[in-house]
Amino acid sequence: MPKLIELVENEARWAEDAFVFVADEDAIPETGDVILTLARFEAEGDALLASNSRRVGVRIEPDQEVEGLAYDLPRLAVVALAFPKYRDGRAYTSARLLRERFGYQGQVRAVGDVLREQAGFMVRCGFDAFEPADGATPEAWSQAAQRFRHVYQRAADARAVAFEERAS
Amino acid sequence: MYQYDLIDKEFLADRSAEFRGQVARRLSGELTEDQFKPLRLMNGLYLQLHAYMLRVAIPYGSLNATQARRLAQIARDYDKGYGHFTTRQNIQFNWIKLKDAPEILDKLADVDLHAIQTSGNCIRNTTSDPYAGATAEEVDDPRVWCEVIRQWSTLHPEFSFLPRKFKIAITASAKDRTAAKVHDIGLLLRQGRDGQLGFEVIVGGGQGRTPYVGPTIKEFLPTDRLLSYLEAILRVYNRHGRRDNIYKARIKILVAALGAEEFARQVEEEWSKIDAVRADLPPAELARIRAAFAKTPFEALPARSEAFETAKAHDPAFARFVRNNVRAHKQPGYAIVEISLKAQEQTPGDASADQLDVVADLAERYGFNDLRVTHAQNLVLPHIKLDDLPTVFAALQAANLATPNIDLVSDIIACPGLDYCALANARAIPIAQDIARQFADLDRAEQVGELKIKISGCINACGHHHVAHIGILGVDKKGEEFYQLSLGGSGAEDASIGKILGPALPADKVATAVDQLVGAYLAVRSDGERFLDTYRRVGLEPFKEAVYAQAD
Repeated sequence: MPKLIELVENEARWAEDAFVFVADEDAIPETGDVILTLARFEAEGDALLASNSRRVGVRIEPDQEVEGLAYDLPRLAVVALAFPKYRDGRAYTSARLLRERFGYQGQVRAVGDVLREQAGFMVRCGFDAFEPADGATPEAWSQAAQRFRHVYQRAADARAVAFEERAS
Repeated sequence: MYQYDLIDKEFLADRSAEFRGQVARRLSGELTEDQFKPLRLMNGLYLQLHAYMLRVAIPYGSLNATQARRLAQIARDYDKGYGHFTTRQNIQFNWIKLKDAPEILDKLADVDLHAIQTSGNCIRNTTSDPYAGATAEEVDDPRVWCEVIRQWSTLHPEFSFLPRKFKIAITASAKDRTAAKVHDIGLLLRQGRDGQLGFEVIVGGGQGRTPYVGPTIKEFLPTDRLLSYLEAILRVYNRHGRRDNIYKARIKILVAALGAEEFARQVEEEWSKIDAVRADLPPAELARIRAAFAKTPFEALPARSEAFETAKAHDPAFARFVRNNVRAHKQPGYAIVEISLKAQEQTPGDASADQLDVVADLAERYGFNDLRVTHAQNLVLPHIKLDDLPTVFAALQAANLATPNIDLVSDIIACPGLDYCALANARAIPIAQDIARQFADLDRAEQVGELKIKISGCINACGHHHVAHIGILGVDKKGEEFYQLSLGGSGAEDASIGKILGPALPADKVATAVDQLVGAYLAVRSDGERFLDTYRRVGLEPFKEAVYAQAD
């Protein structure tokens, strides 16, 4: 089973990835957890979820708005947010909206051009699972994510920001 | 001035350590140049024509003496003995070796300086009025809000990979010394009828290939809602700004495509969904930051200084300096002093290490340890006693820093151009020097009055040529440097984009053409009318004729 880095209580570690990503042209496997494209989910998601036999996730591309998922979020185990290039920063907004606006509790997974240099930003925006493209280990990931002892602005994480540290 | 506390200092130390690791990985070959490039760019390290260039942030253009001396030391130890101040109130070192960069960042961090967000598609250094805290014109101290934004925008987790770079300017005076209207966001502090402070919010101004004067999308934003509103603007931009074409990726293109009204509507809609309690700065932190700027311990002095009046009456050079480089201060007995970095034969915006030391000493001894950088690439001592002005002037004069030409024809903004820059089509510095030489006669320059000339070596417009009274753009014509002139631009409160005068001219004709333009202006100007005002009254034709009729 392929591996991904999961963040559990601020600790990055390897985890087995139970989900299979189903591209638009692929058939949905008979059994097992799946991540679907948004189009596929809109067409077939209800039926899959109704069977209640497996977990379902959705992969959102940067030009797709997470608002469209608002109604389905409680039923989704994973929202995978795609970084076609690391420079494409739209998924950071998507992640924050999922966590802060819609209170999404499931996994928010970073997929695509996912590099350790982005770890700190991703974690702060609410991502908690990562498929690194640069071979980063959980140790390297944690180190990168925790490089800064202080942060200056509120985001989707629970870190105390500079002005809260100052006030305490 | 804002003093970095332990949190700010540890943040810079962490940043420096991170970069040291990245450079080590590059030097050992673990990272290729391709992989390293985005990392070094996030620390302001560019690869230019001849060497690495390091751009150091000077938040809102404000320095203390220790910082200025450290910049001098870096210029001496790691560069060729000088630094170049930019139109974003930062400083660039043009001859840096990669292996030295981590040490330089450590030395900068020791004095609370850094290169964070001086490049990359992130929120850059917020620029402000170099007269902040000194001018009676302002309705509030804009540095307070700049510092609020500095902290909020530093390694912002959501907005560090925007479609393109993002620049914010804040001014609190009616007279705009920040070019706010040609920024991605311009914030103009205003006092409402009830005495409350707010921002007029301008979004989508810009220069480059497609220059725009930004439209106002909100007339009055209460100051305590600043951060949530910025978050809304940046979020709309992050989601909807174009990412398919680097030349259409700035927010100005999005605003122009949607129309200002629709863009404003989208921002309002997003803003209404943001949890203000979490997004806006708590009043206690705002009060802490505000207190840091409220402490300049001015003496109670008479408005008139005998020492100053005597020197002015007896020394014509001092009197000329006062006319052109000294501005009114809000506190009786004090003055704002502009230090021109546009002496004859100098590269506009360059300061030598020795000059930086001189200015640092003056700031420390006579100026409350306060020094500013202007967007016109000059320096400012914002709080000098009139009594001390003759002494300060003499010290500046001895360091070739007393050129009395602020806002005059030889106070030219110029980008580094083809002498340094990998993007440039043409040189900018020698053109600036030619023009300055043409107008070396100070009496004549004063007679011409305010005239803002700005030179860019390519269409990216780092030299602000679109918003110059006389703009000069370097273009490449079959391998030769040519220069296209434009008239009638302004980056100030009366912002406008200049209009192209006519066919581009070869390098050796530019200074003459400027002279001809000035001649045409003097021939038709009415009393007290600036070049810009005359142009706006009479239009392009007389100027066109002055330059091109004789050329035929």
